[in-house]
Order: sequence, then structure tokens, then C-alpha cells
Amino acid sequence: MHRRWFLKNLATAGVAAGAGILAKPTLLRAASPKVLRFVPQADLANFDPIWGTQLVVRNASAMVWDTLYGFDEKFRIQKQMLESDDVSADGLVWTFKLRPGLKFHDGEPVRAKDVVASLDRWSQRDNMGVMVRALQKELVARDDRTFRWTLGKPFPKLRFVLGKMNTPVAFIMPERIAKTDPFKKISEYVGSGPFRFVANEWVPGSQAVFERFADYLPRDEAASWMAGGKRVLLDRVEWVTMPDPSTAAAALQNGEIDWWEDPLPDLVPLFRNAAGVTVDIADPMGNVGSFRMNHLQPPFNNVKVRRAVLTAISQSNYMQAVVGDDPKLWKPLPGFFTPDTPWYTEDGGEVLKNGGDLALAKKMLAESGYAGEPVVCLIAQNQSIVKAMGDVTIDLLKRLGMNVEFVATDWATVGSRRASKAPVAEGGWSMFHSWHKGADCIGPYTGARASGDHAWFGWPSDANVEKAFDDWFAATNLAGEQDALRRVNRYGLESVVYAPTGFFRTYAAWRNSVSGIAKGPLPFFWGVNKTA
Amino acid sequence: MYGYIARRILSTIPVVLIVGVIVFSLLFVAPGDPAAIIAGDQASPADVERIRRTLGLDQSFLVQFGHWFSRVMMGDLGTSIFNGKPVTELIGLRLGPTLSLMSVTLTFAVLIAVPLGVLAAARQGTWVDTGVMMMAVLGFSLPVFVVGYLVTYVFALQLQAFPVQGYRPLDEGFWPWLHGLILPALSLGGVYIALIARVTRAAMLEVLGQDYIRTARAKGLGLGRVLFLHALKNASVPVVTSIGLGLALLIGGAVVTESVFAIPGVGRLTVDAILQRDYPVIQGVVLVFSFVYVGVNLMLDLVYTLLDPRIAY
Repeated sequence: MHRRWFLKNLATAGVAAGAGILAKPTLLRAASPKVLRFVPQADLANFDPIWGTQLVVRNASAMVWDTLYGFDEKFRIQKQMLESDDVSADGLVWTFKLRPGLKFHDGEPVRAKDVVASLDRWSQRDNMGVMVRALQKELVARDDRTFRWTLGKPFPKLRFVLGKMNTPVAFIMPERIAKTDPFKKISEYVGSGPFRFVANEWVPGSQAVFERFADYLPRDEAASWMAGGKRVLLDRVEWVTMPDPSTAAAALQNGEIDWWEDPLPDLVPLFRNAAGVTVDIADPMGNVGSFRMNHLQPPFNNVKVRRAVLTAISQSNYMQAVVGDDPKLWKPLPGFFTPDTPWYTEDGGEVLKNGGDLALAKKMLAESGYAGEPVVCLIAQNQSIVKAMGDVTIDLLKRLGMNVEFVATDWATVGSRRASKAPVAEGGWSMFHSWHKGADCIGPYTGARASGDHAWFGWPSDANVEKAFDDWFAATNLAGEQDALRRVNRYGLESVVYAPTGFFRTYAAWRNSVSGIAKGPLPFFWGVNKTA
Repeated sequence: MYGYIARRILSTIPVVLIVGVIVFSLLFVAPGDPAAIIAGDQASPADVERIRRTLGLDQSFLVQFGHWFSRVMMGDLGTSIFNGKPVTELIGLRLGPTLSLMSVTLTFAVLIAVPLGVLAAARQGTWVDTGVMMMAVLGFSLPVFVVGYLVTYVFALQLQAFPVQGYRPLDEGFWPWLHGLILPALSLGGVYIALIARVTRAAMLEVLGQDYIRTARAKGLGLGRVLFLHALKNASVPVVTSIGLGLALLIGGAVVTESVFAIPGVGRLTVDAILQRDYPVIQGVVLVFSFVYVGVNLMLDLVYTLLDPRIAY
């Protein structure tokens, strides 16, 4: 081989290969006035709202798939894809009629058989859907626009279940897609929502693109969260994943992005002083912080130990660790349900109202029979909220005199290990932290259930709590629901189903050129506009 | 020569296989569960278990390894657990930004570091030498992300001369492509410049003490010709070695740089895959990086023959 020949050909090959490889992908486009660049709370790593139930998937799905009912900002369930619904006098037969003119993004009309297939898939994954399925005698399409759900027992909360916002949401897909096994992911993203998913521009980890669906038929009413007329004023929405908050902050200030869903509270003062940027509360329904104890293993299989820990909690310490000292961002929460909603209750919450009584907690712990059993506390370091709460808990438990083992790890490991019911010496756990969306905490949400083996991780078991939740499902009016949740709160705190660490909100930030952003449990892109 | 190249290419196969086995084994014993992430925070344990079954994650090590190995042998790196896209497609989508970043960084680094190293050697013991070596220590010591934030603040936010983040492909034009890569390359290049400058200086010092350099100077050749034509060429073998081996630094640094500048490259793909426990993607990326690294070493060996005709295979 000759050196000159080699160098010459190497250069030629390099230029050719470089031009080919470097030419793609197209990931940053010139912004037009109607292109909105949005930084979501997390990457859209998968896109099946039934298979993967992360909030970011739900939020993107709300753009692409529509729902039969929608939850509005006054906490009412409104008809969305439906023109009418009717329930028989005995409460057993529900008949639904679709609005005329609904179309999927591939041009096909939305038919009742699509709805039936979608509900069938959803009801195998959603906890409340499973309840309906257990009562189901028949779910059939009667014609292209009408379907009927026949139950063996009345289920008054059917509208709520079909319109709720917590995951998995009952999104409607074409029958061919909805027939996918609910434990396998779909591979086609055709919906009938106000935006079309541009699958060929999806770069997981970096970008997801949505375009206005021209044939979408909005309702006549004004948009209100997931309900009403979802009128799209943008041509295109680009979700840009930014793993580094500092980069997202700089990009927002520089005008390279338009809207950031979930900025760190620490960065908010920066935006307040920045020209052209607005910050405001993102979701008035906020979040409920929590830590869960393993009810199956010592020491937290002893309710007296759980009560001692609950008594020691100072929610202000937790909330200040999570969101700082901005009083708009947090409030104490002596219970499990979202403040400023009709379902909020403080019944039985005295222990948290008077919280932080360490001396009393120590006394209770001594009387509980706690004998120094290790407390393995799993804390995901890559989730800022969880890490902040975990640091407070570790300090608290040490001051309480417990034998704490701090397992600093990542969320994937917590997600795996918390499923173990084994003793801590065999890879089990004693405690982990999480939080629930306030929009979920207005009824029987997963975290508050106490159905033992069927409950969420920690497997609390309390018949009184479950009876109260049954009563909520049976309630036909608000008073009945409120009464049921008051009892859930009281019994749940008595047996410490989980420990609420407080209620907190977060900010969103956007460029002043963006208007029409609604405060709500998820980012709604209908009604949002952008000027040049 | 061609026989040598063929033997070297064949020898990469067992290396990459060993790497693959190690990575697969490590991932198998590592804690974490993609099924739990897919199912979401509110999913029941039963749902998580069922997803694990559908993904085949409940099978034994040997079964999983056998499936993976047989696919790799057929050139199939599998599909992402999360988004269902083929791993080769995911890597292909991300290769452009990473190669762009590395090539611009490499170009900057060589253009800056080699002259600095030569200068420091030519002015050994003076303030120039001290200054260059201080810069090299600084380059080694400052973490990539710190440099990234500093240059972003100054050049993007204050001077508004460059974008904060993102990547524009070459087909949008050379300048837009380069414009978006300058700050990331500056950040990533610091440690690389330091490495090459120090090696160049050391190699040059050794060469500058040899008789033929004294002869060249005695013939009346200018300093520039002596340094860059006679000395540097003979000092270039260790310099080229450092450039090649420093590629590992670039790959590691690219992971951080791509995160700081939101560049959708292979580095970020790797981090995301690790955080999500997307095993096929992690395995695929590691295999590709292994091939790249082994390939670079092979190229280095071949380049030696171009730089020094005395080397032959």
C-alpha cells in the first residue's frame, strides 16, 4: 500500500461518508410563528398509554387520542366524544352514542367497534377498569355510533372511570390497534385527538413531534382541561427532551424553547428576573408527597411503629426540602386527598396537624416494642423530589432512634426492589418515597388503597378503608362521596396506609410570546397560541 | 499489509464477543427492572410481573443470553424494550450528532494542541512553556460540564453568539452545523487539548535533542521549518497514538457534553438506556463502541506506516 494513495482515498471516503451520516437526523428546525417548542417533564421513551402508564406518556397521548368523557377544571365529568349517554333505571345497562363526524388521523371514521376494542384493552390494565370488567356482562357495538355496556351490578361511577385523568386513561384507538395485547406495546399511533403524532420524526430521548389534525371536530363548548372544544391554534408542537435543567433554563431565556413544563423551583427566581419569560403555578391540583412503609416486614408490620413515625413527621420540613420556602408552592396536608377540592378532608388528621412531636414519637416508639430492627430506606437519587424527601426521612428516623440503612440508588432500582415482599436481609425493603398527582387524589387512587396483596407496594391491609372506598364507588351524590373519603382518611391514617409528607405545587415557565396556557394537571395544547 | 489488516479485523471478533458477554452478564446481575419503569409508578405488582413476562425478562440467564447471542451473530442487535425501534436504527439516528461532535472536537484539539505542544517544547523552561503546561493542567482538571456551563453563559447567554443547545444536521448547511457544535466542542476539547499538548511537548523534547535537528539548525534552516517539518514529523508517532487512545476520553466526555448541550447523540442514548435499563440498547451501544475502539487502534497501526516508512507489517 502506498502512503499517498492511502491518504488520498481516505480523505475522499471520509468526505463521502461524513456527508451521508452527518446529514441526518433533522432535529432542530427553524421556528415558525406557529411552531411551539416544549420541554416535557420527562422523555417520551415509549408511546402506548395503556402499556406504559408514565405521566409523560399520558400527557402526549392526550394530544393524539380522545376520550369518551373529559374532566373539566370544575372537577366535572363532561361528555367529550359522546353525543349522549343513557343508563337504565336499574343501573345495569349503559347506552352510549358517539358524536357524528369523528375521524381518526388515517381518515377512517370513529366507530363504536373501535370504542369497544379500546375499552376492552384499557379495562384489563386500569384498576377501576378491572372493577367494571368484573361486573361486565356484555360490551357490544350496536351500530357504527352506538355501543352498550351491560353490567351484572350497578356501577354509578362509570362516567368518572371513563373520564378520569389518572393513568391509564381510557383513550379511544382504532380497533386494529386496540386489539393489541394490553401487556404488549402498540406500534401504530393513530388517534382521533386534536393532534397527529409524526412518528417518522420521533427520536426517543430527544424529540417528539405533533401536528394539528385538520379534520378534528371540536365540541361547541369552550375548552376546559380534557373537556370542551379542543381548538388547536398551533401548526406544530415539538417536544424537546432536555435532561439538564440548566440547559433548559438557558434555552428558555434565549428563546430557543417556548414552554418548559417542569422547571426546578431553584431556577424560578432566575426566570422572574429574565426578560420575556413568565412563570406561574403549573397545576393548581398539585401533588401529594408520600413515603410508604412495608406493612409485611418488621419493623413496619407493627402499626405502633408506623404511628410513631407518622407522629414524628413535620410536613414543613419535607415541603421546604422539595420546593423551598415559597409559600405559594406548598401547604400542610393532614390526609390523603387534594386540598381545594370538594373531596378534601382533614378527618382523623390531627396526628399530622400536630406533627413533628419528636418526644412523643420517641415515647410511642419505645412503647411499640421496636427492638432496633433495620429500616432499609430506598432513595432514588436521580429524582429530585424523592431525594429531597428521602434526606429528610433519614434524618428524622435517626433522630427518632431507629436503625436506618440508607440505600442511595436510582429510580429503576427502586422500581424493581420495591416489588419484593422478602425480608430486608433477603433483598427486601422497609420504606420508599413517591408522590401522587393531586388530580388523582380525589377518589380511590392506587396509593391510598389498603387491600393487602392487591394494594400498592407496601401492601397495607385495612378492611375499614376498603369498605369506605366501596361506599365511594356506590355513592350517587357528592355528600356520599365526601362521607366515604372522610372515613378513608380517618381509618387510613390510623393504620398509616402511607405517610403523607405534604401538598406541593410546581411552576411552569414560558416565553411571553405564548398565550392561552391553562393551569391544570397536564399541559393542554389546545387554546395555546404563539406570536412571532 | 492486506493480510495484516485481515488478521487484525478477524482478531476484533473475539474481543467484541468477550465485551458483549461481560456487558450482558453485568446487566443481568445489575439491579433495576425495565418492566417497573414501563408499568409506571401506579402499576400493581401483578402488572409489572406480567410485563416482565411479555418482555422475556423472567427467563434464565442462559436462555436470554442465547437469544441475544444468536441474534447478534445474524447482525441483529435487537429492539428497544421501550419504544420498539431496532437498536441499529436508534444508533444510526444518533451517530450523526456524535460523529459531528467528535470530529469538530478532534479538529479543534489537534489544531490548537499540537502547535501549543511544539511551542512549549521549543521554549522549554520559559514562561511560554509554563503557561502552556498550566493550561494543560487546567484542561485536565476542569470537568467537561463546568466548561460547558461557563461557555454557555458567556457565549450563548451574554454574547448571544451561539445557540444554547441542539444539533443541526449538515444538510442544513455547513455553517449552521458548525455553529451549533462550537461550544460543545470547546467544552469537550479541553481535556483532549491538554493530553495532546503534553504528549506533543514530551515527544518534541526528545526529538529536539537529537543530532539531525542540530544539523538542520546548523544548515541555517528557519525555526519553523525545523520544528514543524523535521522535528514534528518524527515526534508524531506518540502524538498520533495519544490522539487515537484519547478517543476513549472523547466518548466518555461526549456523554456529558451531549447532555449539557441537549445533543441527541449516542452518548445520551447510552445514558437514557442505562437509566431505563433498556438492555438491548445498552448492549448494542457497547458493542458498537467496542468496534469503534478496536477499529481506531487498527487505523493507528496503519497510520504509523504512513508516518514512519521504517514501520512495516
